[in-house]
Amino acid sequence: MLTIREYKRAESLKQAWQLNQQRGSRIVGGMLWMKMQRGTVQTAIDLSDLGLDTIEETKEAFRIGAMVTLRQLETHPGLAQYTGGAMKEALRCIVGVQFRNLATAGGSIFGRFGFSDVLTVFLAMDSYVELYQGGVVPMEEFARQGADRDVLTHILVKKTPLLFHYESVRNTRTDFPVLTCCGAFSPGKESCRFALGARPGRAVIIEDKEGLIDGGITPRKARAFGAYAAEHVPTGSNMRGSARYRSHLVNVLTARTALQLQETSGSFV
Amino acid sequence: MRINIILNGRNIQAETAPDELLIDFVRKQGALSVKRGCETSNCGLCTVFLEDKPVLSCSVLAVRADGKRVTTLEGLKEEAEQFGAFIADQGAEQCGFCNPGFVMNALALFRENPDPDEEEIREYLAGNLCRCSGYEGQLRGIQAYLRWKKEAAAGRDTPPDKK
Ligand SMILES: Cc1cc2nc3c(=O)[nH]c(=O)nc-3n(C[C@H](O)[C@H](O)[C@H](O)COP(=O)(O)OP(=O)(O)OC[C@H]3O[C@@H](n4cnc5c(N)ncnc54)[C@H](O)[C@@H]3O)c2cc1C
Ligand code: FES
Ligand code: FES
Repeated sequence: MLTIREYKRAESLKQAWQLNQQRGSRIVGGMLWMKMQRGTVQTAIDLSDLGLDTIEETKEAFRIGAMVTLRQLETHPGLAQYTGGAMKEALRCIVGVQFRNLATAGGSIFGRFGFSDVLTVFLAMDSYVELYQGGVVPMEEFARQGADRDVLTHILVKKTPLLFHYESVRNTRTDFPVLTCCGAFSPGKESCRFALGARPGRAVIIEDKEGLIDGGITPRKARAFGAYAAEHVPTGSNMRGSARYRSHLVNVLTARTALQLQETSGSFV
Repeated sequence: MRINIILNGRNIQAETAPDELLIDFVRKQGALSVKRGCETSNCGLCTVFLEDKPVLSCSVLAVRADGKRVTTLEGLKEEAEQFGAFIADQGAEQCGFCNPGFVMNALALFRENPDPDEEEIREYLAGNLCRCSGYEGQLRGIQAYLRWKKEAAAGRDTPPDKK
């Protein structure tokens, strides 16, 4: 049970940040993760009145408010188009629609959860977090840091021309993933960037540093890149799967994703 | 603290605590169809509409609903009974405990997508757990209901009890 002594709807970001500096204060996103924890929150800070619940799209980028729900991300036509359906694929297995109508983008990223489909898909993109104090920080750097008392206000996604593909393995449909994989492929540059999560640790990035897929992805090159990923992505064991099984999944999902990206880009070699 | 909620079209002003969950608040106001089936935001039994969107009432603070519209099964009686008849017709349920959350979320699906295919139905209702059934009866019931609605819209109306 989560006990909350005081509830405060912040009237400005500055006020939210100031309140959050006090010990015992917590920002409430969708509260789904927080609710699973025991303990007492002195002041629960609600960002609901600060207009952080919209996705702004320009020619160059998306700017996603921290209070945007996972369901909004999943059903946004612009994000669907830009990610080629990968955004929806990443989110659709998270519990249920009623859950995703509450869980927030901000809480999902700020939580830096190891199992996170959300972090995995954003890491593959050219994305950044916007913090009230800390300013704009690349997602990869933010994902590595520990939690502090800053306020995440937005997530930025630059519309860098990339193709995306998302894969996850789950023991049952709405359970936490055993492994997540999101590949981003830049057809012009023939370069790729893969995010692998639920290892079970936080998602990490793997790039093709050895030029294994140079000159276009073929099934053989995809398998080589899968093996390379399995070798370089650390995995661990928990009740959902062993490290060995996960490393096998890294191999298979990376290769499968690479091939899929090649197919999407339509330039078979 | 005092909050103001429009519950099933009725304006309600009542006291709540900073950590009271919406499920407990609406139950105190007589919406007893809303039930708790888990402690992990996983089962979907507690589904209500918050501003017409289906949400888990076990996981939202009542204060967050201040000034908003909340709809429970009690507020959707006619629609729920009509749809429920098709589920009963298939003998889909055994204990029936999952029914209120399932019906709420199915009605949310029909509003968002009036003509869902099988995959869309399964995906939308994946967050509604039923411990007795294998969901097949519910799926048939939904499909029969959707067919009936389509026929009714085309003017060939057969009431659910004549099916
Ligand atoms: C039962 C269950 C199953 C789940 N399954 C999956 C799954 O399969 N895949 C997946 O990817 N995720 C899953 N999740 C995680 C979920 O998708 C969300 O990521 C998670 O609930 C956090 O989002 P929230 O909005 O609920 O945040 P909260 O629980 O409200 O907050 C999480 C943390 O972030 C802080 N916080 C929130 N917003 C901000 C902000 N704007 N600035 C600074 N700090 C902030 C809070 O203080 C808290 O410490 C699951 C969660 C639960 C409870
Ligand atoms: S009671 Fe189970 S999800 Fe709300
Ligand atoms: S009929 Fe018993 S839980 Fe669904």
